[in-house]
Amino acid sequence: MNQIEIKGITKVFGETTALKNVTLTIEPNKIYGLLGRNGAGKTTLLNLMTNKIFPTSGEILIDGQNVLENDQALSQIYCIAETNLYPENMKVKSAFDWTKKFYPDFDRGYADMLAHKFGLDTSKKIKSLSAGYNSIFKMIIALSCQVKILLLDEPVLGLDANHRDLFYKELLSNYSAHPKTIIISTHLIEEAADLLEDVIIIKEGEVLLVDQVENLLSKGYTLSGVASLVDEYIKDKNVLAQSSFGGLKTAYLLDESARVNLPQGLEISKLDLQQMFIHLTNV
Amino acid sequence: MFMDNSSEKPIYVQLAEWMMDAILSGAFPEETQVPSTTEISVTYRINPATALKGINVLVDDAILYKKRGLGMFVSSGAKERILEKRRKEFFDSFISSLIAEAEKLAITKIEIMDMIERGYTE
Repeated sequence: MNQIEIKGITKVFGETTALKNVTLTIEPNKIYGLLGRNGAGKTTLLNLMTNKIFPTSGEILIDGQNVLENDQALSQIYCIAETNLYPENMKVKSAFDWTKKFYPDFDRGYADMLAHKFGLDTSKKIKSLSAGYNSIFKMIIALSCQVKILLLDEPVLGLDANHRDLFYKELLSNYSAHPKTIIISTHLIEEAADLLEDVIIIKEGEVLLVDQVENLLSKGYTLSGVASLVDEYIKDKNVLAQSSFGGLKTAYLLDESARVNLPQGLEISKLDLQQMFIHLTNV
Repeated sequence: MFMDNSSEKPIYVQLAEWMMDAILSGAFPEETQVPSTTEISVTYRINPATALKGINVLVDDAILYKKRGLGMFVSSGAKERILEKRRKEFFDSFISSLIAEAEKLAITKIEIMDMIERGYTE
């Protein structure tokens, strides 16, 4: 088991309430997407899970144990943070050696293999790495730790398209070989969507929805056609947003009811995760 | 790449259809092994649970079968079963939509028949 229970978590920073009474259960061995706009509270939530900061109220349990000052629970979890916590003058390979001291299961051979694949020179100092290689360096450590829970906060920041593709593939082969709970927080929803099994969307510090990606996508669709027909069809449905263009109207729906008896002149098309996210989190 | 991100079909359905096309084309002959869910997941960057769901659709239809400890194989007679399935779907996916579009354009039944005749001669 490597289940995470987040129970009634509130986090206040001075005047700002970053998270408001968040309750969530993260099921073991699934890949989750944690989505939210800038400032929604994603990083705060991840930092609370790894006990980097303390909640104002509420608790977080890993396999039933509170994470507060709990080395045993925290040794099962690794979080890629935006900020670099390694000494800047340290070389990449010494960082690998040091990580092994904190995470005894750290797989050095695998880390070196990944460094080679991504073209990361392990004799370089961490401070001399470019933004992209800094992300790669942190991601290699995360994948090599062999922990049960991986929290990836913007893992592909600064990576070029080729390295992002390689990262997604390495993440999936790592996950297949060693199933673990993975939470990915990213703004690049479109390219990460197919990797995710479940998705958590947070908005202004509150959980907006938690669902299986496939289930969510099956509920969402775009409807377009003559405005009067669209209006008639959507009047008893859950509409996320709508836009007009001359006499035509497009509606974005998140609705479970069957799409039967579609009047002629109306067209249904797909609403993908990114579009859905935009309509759900627009103010 | 089998994935079409603008398609309304779920990824696992697209995967199953892609695999059936590959079997029909002879890319995966009967009684040979097909890629594992891990290989499919990594190659096409999809969640392994999605890949497994797509493969299981084909196992349920007896198009693939599992050889214990070895992996997934194409069943003998799979090609014939896929053809049968596709023929059944032909009406829904082509004929129904053809008639719907024809009605929209006010094309008569006789005119459609003529067009089909023409299609065969050209």
